[in-house]
Amino acid sequence: MFEIRIHSRGGQGGVTAARLLAMAALHDGKYATACPFYGAERRGAPVVSFVRIDDHPIKVYSQIRDPDLVVVLDASVMETVDVLHGLKKGGRVLINSAHRPEFAGYTTFNVDLTGIALKEKLVVAGSPILNTPVLGALAKMGIVSVDSAKTAIREMFTDERNVKAAEATYVEMSA
Amino acid sequence: MKKIATGNKAVAEAVKQAWPRVVAAYPITPQTEIVETIADYVTSGQMKSRYIPVESEHSAMAACIGASITGVRTFTATSAHGLLYMHEMTNWAAGARLPIVMVNVNRSLGPGWNIWAEHTDAMQERDTGWLQVYVSTVQEAYDTTLMAFRIAEHNDVLLPVMVNLDGFSLSHIMQPLDTVEPGDFIPPIHLPHAIDTKNPTGYGGLTMPDQHFLFRWDIERSMRDAGRVIAATEKDFARRFGRSYGPTENYRCEDADVILIAMGTFGKEAEVAIDILRKEGIKAGSMRLRWFRPFPKLDLAGKEVVVIDRDYSFGYGGIVAGEIKAKNHCEVYSVIAGLGGQEVTYDDMAEFVRTRRMGGEFWFGVTGNV
Repeated sequence: MFEIRIHSRGGQGGVTAARLLAMAALHDGKYATACPFYGAERRGAPVVSFVRIDDHPIKVYSQIRDPDLVVVLDASVMETVDVLHGLKKGGRVLINSAHRPEFAGYTTFNVDLTGIALKEKLVVAGSPILNTPVLGALAKMGIVSVDSAKTAIREMFTDERNVKAAEATYVEMSA
Repeated sequence: MKKIATGNKAVAEAVKQAWPRVVAAYPITPQTEIVETIADYVTSGQMKSRYIPVESEHSAMAACIGASITGVRTFTATSAHGLLYMHEMTNWAAGARLPIVMVNVNRSLGPGWNIWAEHTDAMQERDTGWLQVYVSTVQEAYDTTLMAFRIAEHNDVLLPVMVNLDGFSLSHIMQPLDTVEPGDFIPPIHLPHAIDTKNPTGYGGLTMPDQHFLFRWDIERSMRDAGRVIAATEKDFARRFGRSYGPTENYRCEDADVILIAMGTFGKEAEVAIDILRKEGIKAGSMRLRWFRPFPKLDLAGKEVVVIDRDYSFGYGGIVAGEIKAKNHCEVYSVIAGLGGQEVTYDDMAEFVRTRRMGGEFWFGVTGNV
């Protein structure tokens, strides 16, 4: 079972990213569950959501304790949240950032999702949309296939800019 | 068609397909997504039903009762304090033999204020005459909601059915959902005692002491018949749609020395705990209790029994553990865990089984347990 924890801030679309990832995994022929951690969340506060992907039906409901991959949609949460908490040895970290921080013992990936969203004019109420471009990054990392990522995005959104942003992310990100 | 849906959305989808003519509901966390989605279906014309937005849950159930007695299919959904606020009316619904279907998203009761999963809310409706079923996956929530209408409306039952989903851990989780075309799986409703609105009469005004107990007995007789109707409905569902359900879901129970019993999502995660215990050489099995009313016959002879209760009766004990002890004349190890959404993992569940003390009670997370 492959376990992913997504860090973001309330309103940034972390839950939607989890849902899109689960939908894409389903299209890949896998089983998937996605769930947000519901606390006293509010706009702007650090939040987490979880995705599990497996070849077999998933029976686990408790929170992910030792993820294989941590996704950080907003690097500023790292000032107050230990995003590496419980991450498996040799696990992967994907950060929305133009710079790649080094974490000893882990493999780090970075891509400027915010920059790509702004370039593709993927902005709602003044905020760049990160949850569709991040699917491009996850496809590049081999978590889901590119086709399934695009299918999932199209199932949820009619605006093609979402797919374009995911494609741009796939191209721009160095694996 | 396979898609990804939350437990709440799956329920709303099943309700749309079962097509109740009247839905009366009041939103409450974590159930709100169900009634919001149904309201959307009605507003957009996808569901030609009357949606009655009421000012309270008491009125929601009262409106369902008023609609149901005219012989139409009715649905509502609630949770926790909303369910308790309905309590007078839930008794009425069962006593008046109205096949109302309700989804209750299990949530703890305040204070202290808490919106997460616990079964105590539904347990307080235990003796009302409602059938109760607890589900463990998004797919099961959908399938069971569809079946609930057919079971409730069967003329050998004619009792309301409550489908229970764990708050957040099932209501808000996103899992694969395969929807079906129910076709004639749910036959048209025929309520033999429906009132004729064009020829109004009054009944139920006063039942004398030489009659009242007969009505009570009739509820119990139907409760006993309900077991057979449930089994036939689940069998037909499996035949048509390929997914099987029963009063319990048993996992590696055949040769087990110890059986772990739980309801809802815990009952599903328990299967992972069983695999861990089996690898250690402990012959354990999991029995997920699905139907709680009518309470099924459980085959526990010669086995040690560990029960996880996500509820409690103060001054007595875990409610499910108490029922199993009384019905099966057996000792159990009673674990109280998961109250108010307390995190319980499969490793914790395996540890409950390893450290069982038959006849004992254990409050998970409470220090100084004796």
